[in-house]
Amino acid sequence: MTHPIPPGTRDILPDEMRELRKLSAALLEAFERFGYGEVSTPTIEYEEVLARGDERGAPVAYRFFDEGGELLAMRSDMTIPIARLVANRYGAAEPPFRLCYLATAYRAVRPQRGQLREFTQAGVELVGVPAPEGTAEVIEVLAAALDAAGLTRAVIGLGNANLYPEVLARYGVDEAGRAAVLDRLAAHDRVGLEDEVNALGLGEAERETLLGLAELRGGPEVLGRAVELGGEVVEQALGRVRAAYELLRERGVAERVQLDLGLLRDLGYYTGAIVEVYDPALGHILGGGGRYDELMGRFGRPLPAAGFALHLERLHVAQAEEERQQATRADTSSASRPGTQRPDTSSASRPGVSGSKGDEA
Amino acid sequence: MTGVAGPIRARTGGKLKLAVARGAMFGRTLDLLDRIGVDTSEARSDSRSLVFETEALTLVTMRPSDVPTYVEAGAADVGITGKDVLLEQSDRVVYELLDLRYGRCRMVLAGRKGDDSLGESARRLGVMRIATKYPRIANRYFDETGRAAEIVEVKGSVELAPLVGLADGIVDLVETGRTLEENNLEVREEIVTSTARLVANRVSHKLRAREIDDLMARMREAR
Repeated sequence: MTHPIPPGTRDILPDEMRELRKLSAALLEAFERFGYGEVSTPTIEYEEVLARGDERGAPVAYRFFDEGGELLAMRSDMTIPIARLVANRYGAAEPPFRLCYLATAYRAVRPQRGQLREFTQAGVELVGVPAPEGTAEVIEVLAAALDAAGLTRAVIGLGNANLYPEVLARYGVDEAGRAAVLDRLAAHDRVGLEDEVNALGLGEAERETLLGLAELRGGPEVLGRAVELGGEVVEQALGRVRAAYELLRERGVAERVQLDLGLLRDLGYYTGAIVEVYDPALGHILGGGGRYDELMGRFGRPLPAAGFALHLERLHVAQAEEERQQATRADTSSASRPGTQRPDTSSASRPGVSGSKGDEA
Repeated sequence: MTGVAGPIRARTGGKLKLAVARGAMFGRTLDLLDRIGVDTSEARSDSRSLVFETEALTLVTMRPSDVPTYVEAGAADVGITGKDVLLEQSDRVVYELLDLRYGRCRMVLAGRKGDDSLGESARRLGVMRIATKYPRIANRYFDETGRAAEIVEVKGSVELAPLVGLADGIVDLVETGRTLEENNLEVREEIVTSTARLVANRVSHKLRAREIDDLMARMREAR
């Protein structure tokens, strides 16, 4: 006889738990090294407090009434609880505030997708330091956290939520047209983007700029190509991205960063820089973050802010996969050059994928 | 991103993996691949294997509705499937990169010829009963047009449903209209047009940007 647990939840047994503890400790140690103090907030909050965030990004999934008839909700991320905490507890204190967390969050699952209803996030919030300094600091902490997790190949994608709105505004596109373009961009729908951009009735150069920008991702050369594409208008709109990248270079983390001018996440409270984390060992993003300079204002303490959150369970999968691939690479390089013979090291555990190469080109 | 997406799939490097939908579009997809210099002779001659190695790409063949699943999880870097599949699975997060323009078909609302049970049900019972393999597209369409519909999901031949009274009408994909004709059904409303699309995994789109941009450019040229 088995006793069911809700879909999207899970038990963790000692072998896995031991590794998760080690990973968590390494992450928190990295956060602390940069002066970020760990905080904990309640798993449940008043629904109206969480609703001050933005429903488009991480919608609250679980609501219930307490014995007094108050509507409570499970937090869907830590950014909003920490914004509340800063407003409540540091109301009179002098910013900046550097806080970090390792905490569970809760989201709705769709049936049969293997999604987690309860999952663990590790992240930081930097409140009171504006762009570009605050952005660069948060990205440096993120790079250090990835190193601490052993994910030295992980890449940090950096975009800016203001880039497209600004270019569109300079082209004289009205509110409705801007919203339609941004909606397609956030949906990762390049075909729809083309349709919406065509519908704006702009000149050919403007049209090509809007479509071309979305495809630009890579190193600093991307900035030059963007200006070639869009001239003065893009040059001015890129000011913030350029400034942040310059600081990242000074901090020695620029080579971990991929500039991505078409990057847009659907979290409604992002106002400037947007960050996503990728690792070649995993098909899903490891986490993300960015600037949300307007969020604190909704809690009566208008302060610039930025942060990121990493999915602990995904970091762990990536970590395990990286270790496995490193072992494979060490094997193949000591044997012979890949290409002349086909290493079958990893394909055995991947039924149905025959003849896939185990090496990393 | 509304949820924390699902089955986490470890990836390996090597050649780009392209998920190719078998079914109605398969031949046209192989034609396109031929035009960009991918050798598809093996995929054409061997109908039993699922994975085919070519010089530039690994082709992974599957049913059209599985393509978003494999691409979202990163088990394939890129994929080709119909817009109808993407609309039905709009919660899957993939980059939709290019309209490949072939495999054109229409998603329609159809009813029995010379029979107004669709309208009559809506009028007298307040709700139309609709059979479909595309429950989300159908629901969204009736919501958007301000009508109430009871959606019955079926897996096999949808045309059967109105013939034996399971439903007043159907929402289904129509290419030539012959199947409708043969079953004495007719198009009442057109919902959306669908064509083949090139999609990419979120991580591959960033970490293998050059290869994917190159593939996209060649397909844009050859479509």
